[in-house]
Amino acid sequence: MAKEPDRKKYGGWIFFSLVLMVYVLLGITHPEEAGIALEFFSRVMLQMLPVLGLVIILFFLVNLFLQPQWIRKNLGRASGARGWVVAILGGILSMGPIYPWYAMLGEMRSKGMRNALVAAFLYSRSLKPPLIPLIIYYFGIHYMLVLYFYLIVFSVLSGMAIEWLLGSKPEVVGKKS
Amino acid sequence: MSILSGENRLTRQHIIASARKAIGTFINLLPIILGMVLLTSLVVTLLPEQISAGLFGNGALLDSLTGAGIGSIAMGHPLASYLLGGELLGSGVSLIAVTAIVVAWVTVGIVQLPAEALMLGSRFAIYRNVMSFLAAVMISFLTVSTLQLFEWL
Repeated sequence: MAKEPDRKKYGGWIFFSLVLMVYVLLGITHPEEAGIALEFFSRVMLQMLPVLGLVIILFFLVNLFLQPQWIRKNLGRASGARGWVVAILGGILSMGPIYPWYAMLGEMRSKGMRNALVAAFLYSRSLKPPLIPLIIYYFGIHYMLVLYFYLIVFSVLSGMAIEWLLGSKPEVVGKKS
Repeated sequence: MSILSGENRLTRQHIIASARKAIGTFINLLPIILGMVLLTSLVVTLLPEQISAGLFGNGALLDSLTGAGIGSIAMGHPLASYLLGGELLGSGVSLIAVTAIVVAWVTVGIVQLPAEALMLGSRFAIYRNVMSFLAAVMISFLTVSTLQLFEWL
């Protein structure tokens, strides 16, 4: 098994350390603002805890059930129209913060998922069925229908454009381009 | 077709290996989540709470670009974009600008860019976000034009 590139392995911790350093500096210069930001952070993390628990379970299930050959068949180069439908529906139904989904998509892409379908999945996250009543309340049903139509169209277009620019194979993460 | 077949049948070793891999992936992800939430908290605290409606009213294209720009750097639940969009619309901001905000809010992520680049590659993240920004501007025009075409506006 190839050794994981250091930048990928430690990149997250380096980033986290840099953010902590910003907080330390802010704590020295503007302690009140740092306190408010930390209070906000605590509130958000408390809300996120159940989601993070769900994320570990999803990671486990992906590793357990989604084998590379299944991903290659349904989301790989030869997946055709079915791949687009699976990716867009997956994006629409995906819940919670975006960060766990980046990791999940990175994992699935390393097992054969197309770049185009990763981009389509991320774009289609803009469609939020639970928020439809709110959109209709503010903007009307016609606006919601038209906007959602274009969001689906652009999910496909953004996927096609990404693949045209990058190809279908994953970029080597952690390597300088 | 079965998801698991042949040598990939569920075995004790396979379950343990999957659990280990899931925990390992999550541990790698944890500093990014913590860092991003800390960063988000900082920006929310330090940036002004309200976006001035005075930013708009400079023609459809500039309004759309401004809206997409605001949506791109904004963060938080998409619910907030609809609430803000609805309020801005009520205060006289054009539907094109509001649509650009709402679409860019959920499709472009300047704040999330470092995390996306770390996990999906920097070229992928930059290309995707630039395209999503342009798409937000296009969608704002297409949505309003379509509504006008069908006289739904």
